[in-house]
Amino acid sequence: MRIASILKRHELYLIVIIALLSVLITSINHHFATLENLLDMLKLSSFTGVLAVGVLVVLLSGGIDLSFTAIATVAMYLMGSYILTFGGNLLVAILIVAVTGIVLGAINGVIVHKLEIPAIIVTLGTLSIFYGALMVIAQGRDIYNLPQWFRDFAKLNLVSWRNVGGSTYGISIFLVIWAVVLAVTWALLRYASVGRGVFAIGGSPLAASRAGYRIGRIQLFVYCYIGMLSGIASMIHVGLVDQIAPHSIVGKELVVIAAVVLGGASLSGGKGSVLGTFLGVFLFAVIGNGLTLTRVTSYWQDAVTGIVLLLSILIAAFRERRREKSLVRVNVEEGKAKA
Amino acid sequence: MAENLVSLRHISKNYAGVKALDNVELIIRRAEIHALVGENGSGKSTLIKVLSGAVQPSEKAEIEIDNVRVRSNSCTESIRCGVAVIYQDLSLFPNLTVAENIAVNDQIEKRAVVVDWRDVQRVAATAIAQIGAKLDVHALVGDLSIADQQLVAICRALAQEAKLIVMDEPTSALTQREVELLFGVLRDLRSKGNSILFISHKMGEILSISDRVTILRDGMLVGTYNRDELDRRKLEFLMTQKQSVESRYAWNGDNRRTLLEVRGLSKRGNFRDVSLTLREGEIVGLIGPLGSGRTELALALFGLKPADSGEIVAAGIPRRIRTVKDAIQLGIGYVPEDRVQDGVILSKSIGRNISITILKKLLTFAFFLKEEERRKQVERWVTTLQIKCSSSEMPVQTLSGGNQQRVVLAKWLATDPKILILDSPTAGIDVGAKATILEIIRQLAEKGMAILLITDESSEAMSCNRVLIMKRGRIVEEVRCDATTEDEILEKVNA
Repeated sequence: MRIASILKRHELYLIVIIALLSVLITSINHHFATLENLLDMLKLSSFTGVLAVGVLVVLLSGGIDLSFTAIATVAMYLMGSYILTFGGNLLVAILIVAVTGIVLGAINGVIVHKLEIPAIIVTLGTLSIFYGALMVIAQGRDIYNLPQWFRDFAKLNLVSWRNVGGSTYGISIFLVIWAVVLAVTWALLRYASVGRGVFAIGGSPLAASRAGYRIGRIQLFVYCYIGMLSGIASMIHVGLVDQIAPHSIVGKELVVIAAVVLGGASLSGGKGSVLGTFLGVFLFAVIGNGLTLTRVTSYWQDAVTGIVLLLSILIAAFRERRREKSLVRVNVEEGKAKA
Repeated sequence: MAENLVSLRHISKNYAGVKALDNVELIIRRAEIHALVGENGSGKSTLIKVLSGAVQPSEKAEIEIDNVRVRSNSCTESIRCGVAVIYQDLSLFPNLTVAENIAVNDQIEKRAVVVDWRDVQRVAATAIAQIGAKLDVHALVGDLSIADQQLVAICRALAQEAKLIVMDEPTSALTQREVELLFGVLRDLRSKGNSILFISHKMGEILSISDRVTILRDGMLVGTYNRDELDRRKLEFLMTQKQSVESRYAWNGDNRRTLLEVRGLSKRGNFRDVSLTLREGEIVGLIGPLGSGRTELALALFGLKPADSGEIVAAGIPRRIRTVKDAIQLGIGYVPEDRVQDGVILSKSIGRNISITILKKLLTFAFFLKEEERRKQVERWVTTLQIKCSSSEMPVQTLSGGNQQRVVLAKWLATDPKILILDSPTAGIDVGAKATILEIIRQLAEKGMAILLITDESSEAMSCNRVLIMKRGRIVEEVRCDATTEDEILEKVNA
């Protein structure tokens, strides 16, 4: 890719903002610029990060999914109940969350395609249905006593170091999962024909159907994919907080969507990238972490997050408008008028 | 006689008992540019749908493409037979690169699970080389001009190995120069053995590009003619069965009252040093290529995008136009170029659309609408402008293009303007309706209204009494229509 087109990209702006923020935070608290803090930040973001990748794929296809938090909740609850009742192992756990996610996602996909109802309404509905049904069955009970093998898995590090205080830190298994999800999704979007189909239907559904893309199949894939990633993310969530509380995820959907939009994805479809999505999530993590390290009360976090989001969308809108203006610009002949 | 590439014979099609096509025949030879013309509702689009396989004709139809009798008529079938349709909206993906847009059908055809990007580039580069275009395969299609997007669409058709490319109104968004370039590409393709089916409302283009012309009227075939058998007048007659009257607007009132005078109006990046006068009962044409600043000038006069500097004198008093409200107070009405986007609310009724500009006048002091008065106003304009509708309560989208345009006109006429600015009022409207719109404009002028008519077509400019030629943001010349000819105006615009 040519340098000029890289410079124009949204991702570059994010990197610059992250770099500036990092310098600012480090000047106040040196702890920020340590490997330990970085890895910690990334580990804590891996849950949102995996969800964000799913949201990216849906947004690219020109759709939206609000029900993914409910899907994640159902998936982790089923998984928790199963391993507590029947035992099982890691593979079974992964299978349960993934299959649950795919099945619930398929419901979304079929409704969106067959009934031709706007996805935002469909998934707003299924959000309540999935979550409500779970609350009826679970009666709002939390699950605490997870088996030891699961706890061991959650503490697994790929590489680990010991800090001055003597505690260990390292590259968490969750970070590895997130990285794999990012890599697989990137390859899928770039090289798989279904991935190109996602871009195509997001760019112009009419042109896509005229070109012979099967829109229904692609939509089904998209909603199953975010469902599956929601399931996987829910497992990360359980690992991070060491319990399963039915109310702990629902309500976070807008924050995740915000991170993806901050990463340059368009809510009207067809535009966005895996790298941008990662940077969007990371930027939110840096802001959150920075506010903690600079001892700003945590109440400020939501407000600051909102401000950053607004600013970034403003910049994007401003650049878009400038681009449009340059397209319609009249090439006015300067100088004195001829008689 | 040259060999036939496509022959459609005995094509009939009924929609719920209404005959859309009645025993129509269309024969396209190899290496020819064939024009398909007819007014709206003449069956053109149905015929194209039959050709592209989107619509099944009735039993007796005989379709032969490239000497092969086509039986199971479907979209993929006709793509395989070498027919590619470029729709008016181009059906491109703005968010994808040029290369991918060109190779998309090829990729789907190959049913590849994994995209081979080198193959995509190669297919695209080959197609681009075929028409000798300068296109960056890595650029996003959304960043290209409409003319370049048009070329991308042609390349895509070529990548499908299309022998016949159907183009639906390809020139509607192109500048004159771009049209010439496009025609160059089309002639080049013809010389390489491809055939083009060209659909257009613009008589001048049809006569300049096509080898043969097939004319439809009311779902029936009028005939297929060689280019040399036709001229504009005959073509229009065959399409409409009406002899077009080319009377000029006679107006001799150089000393009638000046309604609007503009001196040295400028707006950065839009237009510069524009001066013009509009007198009572005058129709002034404003002609210039797309991007000449003509629409921007209209927007400035209507207060939508006010000018930076310059003087505006209305009825002898210096005025400022900074908002639309200012303009309306001065008695200016504006009919925008894109009637669907800016002119009407499609889903609302004809009546509501017409009365929207005069709502304030229709309010009682308690802010209730005077229903009776509103209905009277609406009826008045529906009758005056002869809007063809079963009821003024019907939504505007049920009307034909020409009638929609009349609704936009009515909406502004209801405000009782002294000056009416019309931006391309006949764009995308068929020949018959064009003539009536122009006639309405003429009648308005005769009653004393001053009209600024922005147009693309030199034939339309001839129905004015003065024409201003605009280029690169400036008015470069002013000509009187009684002292010039259509060709002369065209020449000046293209010079």
